[in-house]
Amino acid sequence: MTTLSAPAETRKPRVKRTGGSDLWKATPLTRIVLIVTIVISAFPLYWMVVIASRSNREATDIPPPFLPGGNLGQNIQRVLTNEDAHYLAGLTNSVIIASTVTISVVLISTFAGFAFARLRFKGGRILLLLVLVTMMVPLQQMGMVPLYRMMVSLEWIGTLKAVILPYLLNGFGVFLMTQYTEQAVPNELVEAARVDGASTLRIWWNVILPAVRPGMAVLGINTFMLTWNDFLWPLIVLTPDNPTVQVAINSLNAKYGTDYVLIFSGTAMSVLPLIVVFVVFGRQIIGGLMEGAVKA
Amino acid sequence: MSLHVDSGPSTRAPVPPSRRHGRPRPGRTFLSWLDLKAAPYLLISPYYLLFLLFGIFPLGFTLWYSLYDYDLAGTVEWTGLGNYTALLADSAFWNAVVNTLGMFVIATVPQILLALLLANALNKRIRGRLFVRLGVLLPLVTSVVAVAVVFTQLYGRDWGLFNWILGSVGVDPVDWKAERLPSWLAISTMIDWRWTGYNAIIFLAAMQTIPKDLYEAAAIDGASRRRQFWQITIPMLRPTMIFVVLNSTIGGLTLFAEPTTFYGGNVHGGSNSQFQTVSMFIVEQGFREFDYGYAAGAAWLLFLMILIGSLINFLLIRRIGGRK
Repeated sequence: MTTLSAPAETRKPRVKRTGGSDLWKATPLTRIVLIVTIVISAFPLYWMVVIASRSNREATDIPPPFLPGGNLGQNIQRVLTNEDAHYLAGLTNSVIIASTVTISVVLISTFAGFAFARLRFKGGRILLLLVLVTMMVPLQQMGMVPLYRMMVSLEWIGTLKAVILPYLLNGFGVFLMTQYTEQAVPNELVEAARVDGASTLRIWWNVILPAVRPGMAVLGINTFMLTWNDFLWPLIVLTPDNPTVQVAINSLNAKYGTDYVLIFSGTAMSVLPLIVVFVVFGRQIIGGLMEGAVKA
Repeated sequence: MSLHVDSGPSTRAPVPPSRRHGRPRPGRTFLSWLDLKAAPYLLISPYYLLFLLFGIFPLGFTLWYSLYDYDLAGTVEWTGLGNYTALLADSAFWNAVVNTLGMFVIATVPQILLALLLANALNKRIRGRLFVRLGVLLPLVTSVVAVAVVFTQLYGRDWGLFNWILGSVGVDPVDWKAERLPSWLAISTMIDWRWTGYNAIIFLAAMQTIPKDLYEAAAIDGASRRRQFWQITIPMLRPTMIFVVLNSTIGGLTLFAEPTTFYGGNVHGGSNSQFQTVSMFIVEQGFREFDYGYAAGAAWLLFLMILIGSLINFLLIRRIGGRK
């Protein structure tokens, strides 16, 4: 470590290396790749704000405007009062749907993960394998028609439960929480609790839950984002007058194809909450993603 | 495991590490037996209940529906494999298959290569690591609909930024939506913008588990960086590569939101269905034409495509990685 020639880089050595440390030094090419990537990543989002804060006349200027304008408030006003989009209802519905699904999926997965990781029971392995296999099945496409018919006969079309219930089936969550429980809770701990006379539910509450909380957070954030962003199923079972936010944007897009500032303002408002979540929990999201990747 | 030796007359069975625990032994109450024996099943029951209702049941019924002929008037008639033979003879279905596969290839190949390059860059010692990673993952947070809305405008024929850039270097404006290849390209960039960073982070995680000694030894032996990348990094990434490629296969073959939004929320996929995917075809048949049987049959064929595609990709990656 002491032989590092670049003093600027001594800040936080990640991995101890014995020699040849210049192997990991960032070259100019590295910096260019990273800078270009970040610019490309951020540009469409920036562009969204630029157009959302302009007028339609400016949005179709040649050359196009590259800086935000001053019409954002007025455009948002137009989105919120638009009679075809039902944007506020969509926003509220999305919050309700995504929160309900997130809480339920996290609980269901934590239960199942505990059972699969730390309890042994007949058929456990096969049942877990079944989860893994069905993760490969595109259920949305495969089950669409019967599920739709099911919702019709239950008279649930247009209601939020028609969206929420199928989303609760989340094999990835069970898989993730099984992995996480295995790693975070030593078998000895569960056994010791048994010796002390704790019931299974008590072990779950007192031993498992505190240990797997970070895993739950990762799954929760992940589920919330996926649910918030999903489009196909809500498009099928909801009606335009009671949409999710994605369906509301779709209505705007279908009806006002060239009214860019309107569509972009609606889109920007749907993305913003998630970006805030992302920036706040960024460290955990990336950590969880990378941990999961190595295990998969 | 000798932990329990001194535990004396505990009221509950300690869980031995063998898989034969939970048998009621004399002195245990019925409740504790129930707790040990039934609790695991109770814990997994919510998931499997959902699995039955929203997994097995629709899958089975899709198969069932696919054997019947539905028409707009509401009559239902047994047709056996009729829907499947009709689909295989339907040029609209094949068009959707070709579009799906075409966009899948155009999107996935550069995406994996770019993700590898990016992961390699992220694996270097850089300042502001968290910031850089957040920047790379930013697109993942953006909903597909939002991505498609923005890119559709950027690809606009008359006022789109991309055509303006092309125009400023002397290239005629492209009508991105009107023709097959340009529309495929446009949609592929939406997919790549959203997923390249995600895949790079997955690759990065795997790269960091590769022992550093391997590189140091290679460096001492005089292997160039490029050689190290191809001869150490790539083979060591094989399991992750399989995961990423299978993921992309499932995602790519079920593509729906981007092309739908690209055509103003319409599942027809352009004036001549030049970018209609199989998923859009299913929705169009099932929910525009109300031909449930036909849509269900197409869904099973899509599943078959995914299985075959996954298998091919799996074998391909195994070969590439195993060459050395």
